[in-house]
Amino acid sequence: MLDQFFFYIFASVILLGGLLTITRRSAVHSAIFLIATLLGIAGLFLHLQAEFLAGVQVILYVGGIMVLFLFVIMLVNLDQAARQRQFNRQWWLALLAAAAVCGEALYGLYRGRGAFTFPGAVPGNMPPNTQAVGNALYQNYMLPFEVASIMLLVAMVGAVVMAKKRL
Amino acid sequence: MPGNVPITHYLFLSTALFTLGVIGVLARRNIVIILMSIELILNAVNINLVAFSRHLASVSGQAFAVFIIADAAAEAAVGLGIIIAMFRNRGTIQADELDLLKW
Amino acid sequence: MDFLEYSWLIPLFPLLGTVLMLFFGRALERAHGRGLISVLCPGLVGVSFVFSLGAALQLAQQPARLFEKTVFTWVPGLPFHLANGQLARFEAAWGILVDPLSAVMILVVSFVGFLIHVYSVGYMAHEGGYYRYFGYLNLFMFNMLTLVLANNYLLMFVGWEGVGLCSYLLIGFWFQRKSASDAGKKAFVVNRVGDAGFLLGILLTFATFGTVAFTRVNEAARSGLFHSGDAALTAITLLFFIGATGKSAQIPLYVWLPDAMEGPTPVSALIHAATMVTAGVYMVARSNVLFSMAPASMKVVAIIGALTAIFAASIGLVHNDIKRVLAYSTVSQLGYMFLACGVGAFGAGIFHLSTHAYFKALLFLGAGSVIHALGGEQDLRKMGALRHKIPWTYRFFLIAALAIIGAPPLAGFFSKDEILWQAWSNPEHGWWLLWLVAFLTAGMTAFYMWRLVFLTFFGKSRVDHEVEHHIHESPKVMLVPLGVLAALSVVGGWLGWPKSLGGSNRFEQWLAPVFDGHPHAVQAAAVEPHFEAAEYTLMVLAIALAAAGVYLAYHLYVRRPEKSDQLQAQLQPVHTLLLNKYYVDELYSAVFVEGPVMGKQLGSALSQFDARIVDGGVNGAGWLTRMTSRLSIFWDTWAVDGAVRLLGFTTKVASFPVRMIQTGFVQSYALLIVLGVLSFLGYYLFR
Repeated sequence: MLDQFFFYIFASVILLGGLLTITRRSAVHSAIFLIATLLGIAGLFLHLQAEFLAGVQVILYVGGIMVLFLFVIMLVNLDQAARQRQFNRQWWLALLAAAAVCGEALYGLYRGRGAFTFPGAVPGNMPPNTQAVGNALYQNYMLPFEVASIMLLVAMVGAVVMAKKRL
Repeated sequence: MPGNVPITHYLFLSTALFTLGVIGVLARRNIVIILMSIELILNAVNINLVAFSRHLASVSGQAFAVFIIADAAAEAAVGLGIIIAMFRNRGTIQADELDLLKW
Repeated sequence: MDFLEYSWLIPLFPLLGTVLMLFFGRALERAHGRGLISVLCPGLVGVSFVFSLGAALQLAQQPARLFEKTVFTWVPGLPFHLANGQLARFEAAWGILVDPLSAVMILVVSFVGFLIHVYSVGYMAHEGGYYRYFGYLNLFMFNMLTLVLANNYLLMFVGWEGVGLCSYLLIGFWFQRKSASDAGKKAFVVNRVGDAGFLLGILLTFATFGTVAFTRVNEAARSGLFHSGDAALTAITLLFFIGATGKSAQIPLYVWLPDAMEGPTPVSALIHAATMVTAGVYMVARSNVLFSMAPASMKVVAIIGALTAIFAASIGLVHNDIKRVLAYSTVSQLGYMFLACGVGAFGAGIFHLSTHAYFKALLFLGAGSVIHALGGEQDLRKMGALRHKIPWTYRFFLIAALAIIGAPPLAGFFSKDEILWQAWSNPEHGWWLLWLVAFLTAGMTAFYMWRLVFLTFFGKSRVDHEVEHHIHESPKVMLVPLGVLAALSVVGGWLGWPKSLGGSNRFEQWLAPVFDGHPHAVQAAAVEPHFEAAEYTLMVLAIALAAAGVYLAYHLYVRRPEKSDQLQAQLQPVHTLLLNKYYVDELYSAVFVEGPVMGKQLGSALSQFDARIVDGGVNGAGWLTRMTSRLSIFWDTWAVDGAVRLLGFTTKVASFPVRMIQTGFVQSYALLIVLGVLSFLGYYLFR
């Protein structure tokens, strides 16, 4: 009962935050609501006993990426953009297409609902999460992990080059 | 725990968040918000991954979620760099005013 | 120093002078006055003379007496079909040939040229266009030396045309005078007629022999493939002779030379007496091998020469312009030279050429000195009794007049006597009639030349009163060349002292290698001693006739001047005929300029033919081209362009929907991605 309660609380925070993120006129407001969404997702991760990911979500997303966003919003003059139209000319087509994709996905879920019963699902506690994730990353997924680190390096260099005053 | 909240709920939530993200990407004019919408889409995927990880009692999903977060960070860094360069050169960050691809 | 090796430089010294004068002359004259030009231009010709002398002396030491050198290949060799169908390469080099003949020519040309340059310094001192005059004169020297040094006909033709150009420029030197510029044009046009013949002759030479180099033409002619009297050889030699009649003023193309006296007197002396007009004689002598093999041409040359000699001499009898009399005398003497060539005595012709160069140049320069003294007066009727006023000119003139009539032992005696003797005795070509004509001409020469002397220097003065006060002897710079030429007029003939008079005729021995092919002419006198008596007789006859001519002139113009008027009245028609030069100019004018045969009417008929038929054909071809091109345009516009446009239009229509997709907005592409996802998902869900 408590599980469901938390789930719905978090789900409503997430969806409301997401909705407000894509509809707000001011980019700062959008960012604030995105933070709310991300925090909601972090809560959902805790709810799913993925403590490590929840921590990463808060520290990296909320503390890192969103601060980056806010900096950029400050660097880029958005006053003028805020006074203009917020949606482009194809917004109704976009809405229709997104709704159609959503509908198809839901239909697919509905049609395949029988496949989602997990007979071997283990109730109860998971093993200590951080340790398990660490083991998985450094043992099973060593190579992708290193590739990801190279990707981050490349992205960093790219970002620096992009933002330089004179190329 | 999984028994209390069926996995389909998570999937519905994820789908809804994904749809919001897609709408944001397709319909907003402000590139910063388009970037945020992409974060929404990525997080929708993360929700899926973690939910399945929980229900299958396998930690691999969480490992992939870590990768996706790293990916999101990289994407945000490069994307925001592009936005700054674009603003400096064109004086605007409205997506439909950047139509040089036509020529 | 090896002058032979450097003999190709000989023509280039005057060319240097020309370049300097024509490009920088005005500046030089302004900066340094006329002194520099007066030293430079004659000096360069003097250098040429020194080189010529060196070359001639070194040539004499050579056993072969032949030096040929190609400076550079000028026409590198074009494929060409000979008359007999053989393929040859048309080659011509800028090459020089020094042999006894050209050695004589360069010596005469450069030496007389040098003296006349010096004389000009005095004569032209008060005239405008000083640097222009010397530039032209040097250009003439360049061309003349090129002409005589050339080792092939084509290069010779270059010099040939060049001297014609200089002649034109210098006759019309005082171009402000219409008569002078007209005379220049006349000389040029008449020369063109001859030049055309010469050029055709050169082309025919090439087509026949496959080469234009003298030595190789001679080899080919002697090779045995051609026999004497061959039609090709006759045609070539006749064409050459047409060229020679133009340049050397023979019948029928002599008319330009008397008019050429409009130019400055030194020019008349250099170009129209001593050097250029002898180019034709040189050319005939140079082609002696060909001429010797064409007896018909020889006959033509001899007859034309003899006719010209007597014809011009008869005109000279009555004329009153001092320079014109000398001009007709020149024509007459050139006739002698051709007569000599025509009877096969090429050596005698060249000998007369060189002696004539001395005494005729002296006569002209003396006449120039007289004219100078009288302030430009040329009419014999306004002269007289000048012998005390300009004594040196008088003395030199007297020597020249004695030389030209053949008084022994002056230069003219030897050369003229040689010609007369050859005309009589040459075993192959001699003919008593030719001798008779030449003999009579000698008498006429004596008469008109001494008429000139008596009218100018003896009798009562008929000089205009105001001119009388200004009569003055010419400056030294003019008198010294006169003196040198006078000395040469005396001794110049001694080189050809005939064997019959105890000499050795070194001149013709020197030339013998060139005229080797036909040695009869040279040796006839020596070989057959029984002719000697006849030779003495002829010699005495000629001297007697000359003396008679001189006496007649003395009688008519000094002792009894009124007699000449009486005689003139008695022979009125003849006198008028002669004074009007047999109406030849009028005849030419009527036939060639105005007349129906060659003149205006033929010209207009030709122009009508040109306008109607030739142009009609051209215009018709043009019209046809235009019409066909219109058809072609129609085809091009509607068929070819139509196909291209249709293709373009099709592509445009077909691409219209695709173009709609390319909006350039990033988000519409993103939308397309989403639509793609939608369709894939739909395919998997609903299949």
